[in-house]
Amino acid sequence: MRAFRLFWVFFRVGALNEVQYRANFALQILQSAIALGTGLAVLALVFNQTPSLNGWTPIELLAVMGVHTLMGGVIGTSIQPNMEKLREDIRLGTFDFVLTKPEDAQVLASVREVRIWRAVDVVVGFVVLGIAVSQLSAGIGPAQALAFAIALLLGASMIYCFWLILTTAAFWIVRIDEIHELFEGVYQSGRWPVTIYPGWLRISLTFLVPIAFAVTVPAQALTSRLTLDTLALAAAFALGLLAFTRWFWRFGLLHYSGASA
Amino acid sequence: MDPAAVARPAPPRLVGRARGLFDVYVAEARLSIAQQLQYRVANYMYMIGMVAEPVIYLVVWSTVAEQQGGSVGGFTPGQFAAYYIVWTLVRNMNIVFTPYGWEERIREGHLSAQLLRPLFPIVEDLGSFIGWKFVVILMWLPIAAVLTLLFHPQLSPSPLQIAVFAVAIWGAYLIRSLNQSSLGLVTFWTTRVGPIFELYIAAELLLSGRLVPLSLTPDWVQHLANLLPFQSTFGFPIEALVGNLTDQQLLGGLGAQLFWIMVGSVLVRVVWHFAIRRYSAVSG
Repeated sequence: MRAFRLFWVFFRVGALNEVQYRANFALQILQSAIALGTGLAVLALVFNQTPSLNGWTPIELLAVMGVHTLMGGVIGTSIQPNMEKLREDIRLGTFDFVLTKPEDAQVLASVREVRIWRAVDVVVGFVVLGIAVSQLSAGIGPAQALAFAIALLLGASMIYCFWLILTTAAFWIVRIDEIHELFEGVYQSGRWPVTIYPGWLRISLTFLVPIAFAVTVPAQALTSRLTLDTLALAAAFALGLLAFTRWFWRFGLLHYSGASA
Repeated sequence: MDPAAVARPAPPRLVGRARGLFDVYVAEARLSIAQQLQYRVANYMYMIGMVAEPVIYLVVWSTVAEQQGGSVGGFTPGQFAAYYIVWTLVRNMNIVFTPYGWEERIREGHLSAQLLRPLFPIVEDLGSFIGWKFVVILMWLPIAAVLTLLFHPQLSPSPLQIAVFAVAIWGAYLIRSLNQSSLGLVTFWTTRVGPIFELYIAAELLLSGRLVPLSLTPDWVQHLANLLPFQSTFGFPIEALVGNLTDQQLLGGLGAQLFWIMVGSVLVRVVWHFAIRRYSAVSG
């Protein structure tokens, strides 16, 4: 609970800070619009050649795109800025200031930054998702909506773990700026249901970089494809990953030597 | 005697202008090779992120091809594999100093120091990225080998195609460098270049052959692509090696590249001329 209160305080302060830069809001809307337009054009190109992709109709893939944009917004608003700040702090030695605070360092390092304008993508994602769901012939009931919410939450925590594990590597390897490019590139695979990828890649995108859990599984919940087994697996894997991340973080912390701050 | 001439003697010139510039490129390239070889993990992270993109397109289009009975628009999965594996090399060649780099350079005032040198700043960028290319290509070879084993590309280029490809990838590098430098210079006016750059990338994605071979796009897209430089940076080099272009089309493609290099060079010079007047820095 304490962690959530802390998150909320930092979120409010960060949001207030960023609200000062209103031009950035307009720029973000422009950027989100370009990304949305490109995404739609790509779907149009593919479905220009085929009526369905591996059993997914255009509308269902629109739903996947909605979840992808939504999750991208969550990552861009909170996860990525925090991890970038952490990476810089470790490199510069200013991470000392986090360690000396009377609060859990992992919690602090995970909540202190927010890029509020990136939340535009969360809104865009929900709008795309809303349009897609309203077009689905099957429609969705409360059970599916609940499964979707749970899957989304589990997916977001797994993505957070992935980022934190890689960023923790900064305790050993100092220059890991490229983790951003790495994730950005791999994350694009989530625009398509992971079931289209060949086996080795599907497994990597599920357990190595948990994009399947973050995007495909929530989308499956909305398109009546999700089984209870998958959801249970997602929950188990998320818990395991959170525990491992916690252990790895503490292990990495032992290797931190603040140069000078 | 004219006092100004005494106070400021002409700098000694040891070598000719072209030779001097060549030496600068070589020095920048060597420096960059030495630097980049140190950051192997970082470079591999970068490359895996980069390779994800064509693998995604390859899987999507192979799926489409299989659903359409084995090929789509004349492309079989094996031909898509060849297209997108060559894509990865072309993409590596296409990594250039981005407008975001210019944004930082101008916002933070780093440009002040560069302006003191008797050298057009873009020369430094060009040189150091040429050096990085050698490191990147070296590290790309194992990735290409793995991709070849996984996706079984069908590739049988003629010697002429290989020769044209070897030239065309450098043409692509120059065109993309010059275009992105011009875009980067926009930060002299705007400080934030994000949306303009993303628009460029979106146009490039759809109109260059980066997302999909252009022959699979609607006719009007192909016509539009023929009028723009993007095709010279992705579609043409790739198809020079994997497609079945006629000798005439190969030479025509190189001609188009030359044209866009000239347009890009003039554009960069003109934009620079107006942009540099707007530069002011608080610290360097």
